[in-house]
Amino acid sequence: MGALTLSNVTKSFGATEVIKGVDLEVQDGEFCVFVGPSGCGKSTLLRMIAGLEDVTAGDVSIDGARVNLTPPARREIAMVFQSYALYPHLTVRDNMGLALKQAGTPKAEIAQAVDRAAGFLSLEPLLTRRPSELSGGQRQRVAIGRAVVRRPKLFLFDEPLSNLDAALRVNTRIEIARLHRELKATMIYVTHDQVEAMTLADRIVVLNAGRVAQVGAPMELYNDPANTFVAGFIGSPQMNFLKGGALGLAAETLGIRPEHLEISRETGDIAGTISHVEHLGGETNVYVHTEPHGLLTVRLFGEHNFVVAEPVYLSPDPTRRFLFDKDGLRMR
Amino acid sequence: MSKRARTSHGRALAAHAILLIYTVIALFPVFVIVINSMKSRREIFRHPLSLPGPGSFDLVGFQTVLQQGNFPLYFWNSLVVTVVSLAFILLFGAMAAFALSEYRFRGNTLMGLYLALGIMIPIRLGTVAILKLMVAAGLTNTLFALILVYTAQGIPLAVFILSEFMKTVSDDLKNAGRIDGLSEYRIFFTLVLPLVRPAMATVAVFSMIPIWNDLWFPLILAPAESVKTVTLGAQMFLGQFVTNWNAVLASLTLAIVPVLVLYLVFSRQLIRGITSGAVK
Ligand SMILES: Nc1ncnc2c1ncn2[C@@H]1O[C@H](COP(=O)(O)OP(=O)(O)OP(=O)(O)O)[C@@H](O)[C@H]1O
Ligand SMILES: [Mg+2]
Repeated sequence: MGALTLSNVTKSFGATEVIKGVDLEVQDGEFCVFVGPSGCGKSTLLRMIAGLEDVTAGDVSIDGARVNLTPPARREIAMVFQSYALYPHLTVRDNMGLALKQAGTPKAEIAQAVDRAAGFLSLEPLLTRRPSELSGGQRQRVAIGRAVVRRPKLFLFDEPLSNLDAALRVNTRIEIARLHRELKATMIYVTHDQVEAMTLADRIVVLNAGRVAQVGAPMELYNDPANTFVAGFIGSPQMNFLKGGALGLAAETLGIRPEHLEISRETGDIAGTISHVEHLGGETNVYVHTEPHGLLTVRLFGEHNFVVAEPVYLSPDPTRRFLFDKDGLRMR
Repeated sequence: MSKRARTSHGRALAAHAILLIYTVIALFPVFVIVINSMKSRREIFRHPLSLPGPGSFDLVGFQTVLQQGNFPLYFWNSLVVTVVSLAFILLFGAMAAFALSEYRFRGNTLMGLYLALGIMIPIRLGTVAILKLMVAAGLTNTLFALILVYTAQGIPLAVFILSEFMKTVSDDLKNAGRIDGLSEYRIFFTLVLPLVRPAMATVAVFSMIPIWNDLWFPLILAPAESVKTVTLGAQMFLGQFVTNWNAVLASLTLAIVPVLVLYLVFSRQLIRGITSGAVK
């Protein structure tokens, strides 16, 4: 229970079109992540699914029923916001129970549902506190608990972890993954952190300027990007883009990931000089300036003793390279 | 480090000196009214700035005020007019501000400008039309006439200030309420209003004083004995040839008290709002 279908959905604010025709099917029980650069329309799309923004054209359907005109409270969804958005005047218990209370659920049932969700997220000691008496991490757990209590068909998350510090982010991420496994609910999750996207998603939707750039499983996007945008967006450090003409190729662009670029002091396809080296312990990133490709990144595993200004040669692994035409589309 | 601390010390001192001087200047007329209200008539003219002493202390002004005329009733009238007008200004102003800041609809900006226009155009320009309207509606010599006029007078500023503040209330919070099934009214009353309480207090303070002090509209719309306000009531001691200064000063002194109480109530809200925001 909880399949979502978007068919040719668009959204305009006045004259500016923000979502330019999105088609998407999310299966029941799937964990679907929207990623994309800031301002590409992720939050807008999520709010349209929630019913908080009107759909300019196209249809939003949940479980096959068109919900374009259904108010948010009747869509059987729950949403977790970046800013937590807990009700400041209510205790944690009342925050979590409000939706059920509004729906007219009997008190005993609400208390039971809240207790179950609180147990699930270890929130029991906090139930009588107010949001102002909680830490940021606790607030976000309460916000997630508030979503769980409703047993929605569809969970919507809008960058729920971006206000948390790094350690807490990892813990909460694991918590959300566990939530998805145990509740088997459909989840749609917006983020611009690709680690979150890669680790949580069954399927990633990459958005670019209001359009879907590609949809696929995390490793599909990594190993088989459909265009330069997805190739550059997924993977860190970013993929290197080399000029095809300078390498004698018919393709406009050759894309190669930093881990698939070989570096050597003696011989190789492209000559260059090292302009910066980053030692991260487990891996070493070497930045090499080349003509005419500009700065290229090489990712090496383990420790290496390259130094700045050293002349080196780079060779792209021919089996791992991606070729793109002049529109940025993949040539297969 | 210590040098910077000292300069900021000096700056604080200067700021306090300026504020103190301003306070003295602002409070001086009030102070003169209050001390002179407790002196005999001769002393008021001979030593207007001296404190009431054993020789000059005299409560004749207060006696006159409380015996002559209907001052308790005037007070009650003023209080009713001020409190009810304020309640209307805050309620309707906040509702209009919420609509303007929250909903996208055609003519939103125009409507906002139209409502703000009232800040720049004094309502007294329309006195004749208002009087005609009140006569036609049979509302002359009622407190309700005054309440209507003051509500209209206060709403533009209220909408202007409150809509700016409401834009700062988190969208996520309102959206969370919508998803949980709260009505727009519940969202407005339970989520948004408490968060703009400091702004409401500001509007209340700014709107209250002109209403309490107004002489113009009570004189024109409600001059009858049973609906007189304090400011209008105090006028009866100001004659064309003789003025009973004791009574005038005493009635003004008494008129300060209720407005002071209201002010204290609102300013406490104001400070609580500001500090709770800072701590959070
Ligand atoms: N109410 C609005 N009126 C006009 N334009 C808007 C409105 N809301 C969003 N936009 C525009 O729509 C575009 C998409 O906004 P959206 O918030 O969906 O971006 P996002 O992908 O969530 O970005 P971020 O990662 O920064 O949160 C932006 O260019 C934004 O300026
Ligand atoms: Mg966003």
